[in-house]
Amino acid sequence: MSDTSTPATTKISTYLLMIVLVVLALSIVALLLAVQVYLVGNEIVAGYLLVIGFIAMGMATYVLFQSRKRVASMKIEAPKVMTTVECRKCGVKSVREFQRGDFVFKELDACQKCDDKNLITAIYKEVKEKEKTYGV
Amino acid sequence: MSFGPGSDSISQILSILFYGVFIVFIFYGQRIQMYVMIREVEGSLYKLKYIKEEGRKIAIETIKEIGKPQTDPSARVDRFLEYFQIMPQSMDPAGIVYKLDHILDVRDTRLKDEVKLMAPAGDEVQVNNLENTLEAAMALNFIYKVVRHYYIQGKKTLSLYIIMQLQMILPLVMKEAEAYASALKAFSYGQPIGDGAGALVAAKLMHGYETRKVPKDCVVATVPIEGRTAFIIKAEGPGGNVGKPGDAVKAVIAENEGKISSVIMIDAGLKLEGETVGEVAEGIGAAIGGPGVDQFKIEEAVVQYHIPIHAVIVKEDIGDAVSPMRKEIADSVDKVIERVKNVILERTKEGDKIIIVGVGNTIGIGQ
Repeated sequence: MSDTSTPATTKISTYLLMIVLVVLALSIVALLLAVQVYLVGNEIVAGYLLVIGFIAMGMATYVLFQSRKRVASMKIEAPKVMTTVECRKCGVKSVREFQRGDFVFKELDACQKCDDKNLITAIYKEVKEKEKTYGV
Repeated sequence: MSFGPGSDSISQILSILFYGVFIVFIFYGQRIQMYVMIREVEGSLYKLKYIKEEGRKIAIETIKEIGKPQTDPSARVDRFLEYFQIMPQSMDPAGIVYKLDHILDVRDTRLKDEVKLMAPAGDEVQVNNLENTLEAAMALNFIYKVVRHYYIQGKKTLSLYIIMQLQMILPLVMKEAEAYASALKAFSYGQPIGDGAGALVAAKLMHGYETRKVPKDCVVATVPIEGRTAFIIKAEGPGGNVGKPGDAVKAVIAENEGKISSVIMIDAGLKLEGETVGEVAEGIGAAIGGPGVDQFKIEEAVVQYHIPIHAVIVKEDIGDAVSPMRKEIADSVDKVIERVKNVILERTKEGDKIIIVGVGNTIGIGQ
């Protein structure tokens, strides 16, 4: 199963990227100015510029990461599906990855231990993450 | 570089900024809120478009792989995705069920014929799976178009209320779209889906016994359970198929001249948030979803002969119902069989005849 996606849908919008880069550049300027103003002796203004610079930088980085996360979540995840093969006579059980053409109660080739035919008894996907209960 | 006389001017600038923001929010607050919502809807619409296109791509690839068509099926698939059905007029509701039944039959035949033309090399099972794949792609196409309609309408009219309604239901719409997206892959590969829980129970009960076909697209097996004779009904697998259990139950009741002591229906049921996937619950009534035609027919038949009807459901959410079957659901089959046996022991006598119906899409489940 392919998880590929077209380039048009996976890249971050150039418009958004431009805004983020401009804000990042401005925040760096604000930080540099803060240093300059501090050296001149105006500590309060330097403080303001420092806060503004860090906030702008934080926000720009956050927006960038959020949009990357959104792009990542756009992929259609194909879950791993497993097939349980069982011999009804000797009870030997094995689990393998699903193959096209598998279906529940399909008879397969003979069991390696006895001559009876193997049977697909279950096809399922395993969901790893636990559902949140929100404490209620 | 200088910043004016000192901290006083900074305070003034900040005060002016504060008042400016306050005034802007008084006059344009609602508009800003609307733009934020539009942006949110836009993001989801973008995602829906991607999912829809991916669905179309998977459908076309599967048709090419399985059906080996002579020509490119893309144009035919695009036409298929735009199919619609017109529900019967309900001004005079008498007889509407049979009108709806007829429309659904015509639709089913038409879609199946269309798939056969698209995939001439596919066998019956593959044609059924392809039909299901295309129907999932069709649902995604429809969801995208409806959301796009309200988004454009909201933007055109700049109506907060249109955008707000859309934004409020969007999480549920997205959940459904994502469920259909994972269904697409399951259908194209012929994997069992969560909705097939009922069919899986019936398959397990009838496995090893002789089956015969009953109308429409269903199979029935006569199985002895706890000293009773059980007629186990399910849609014919392993192709993607829900059959018409309503007609099958009616036929079996008619064959036995109404001498059936109980009907037990097993289906996947929608769980509420907080409930566990694969939880088994028991109740009364015809456990069957869909447009309601089969439920009506079963209720009609059991009422005619005063047959008690019981239901056992396996709980799951919409996402689980149309995506590959979760382990919890597959594992619940034995619990369901236990519950069914309890119902049989408590509600029927030895020597009685009963009907057990495993409802749901039987994709990836044989018998």
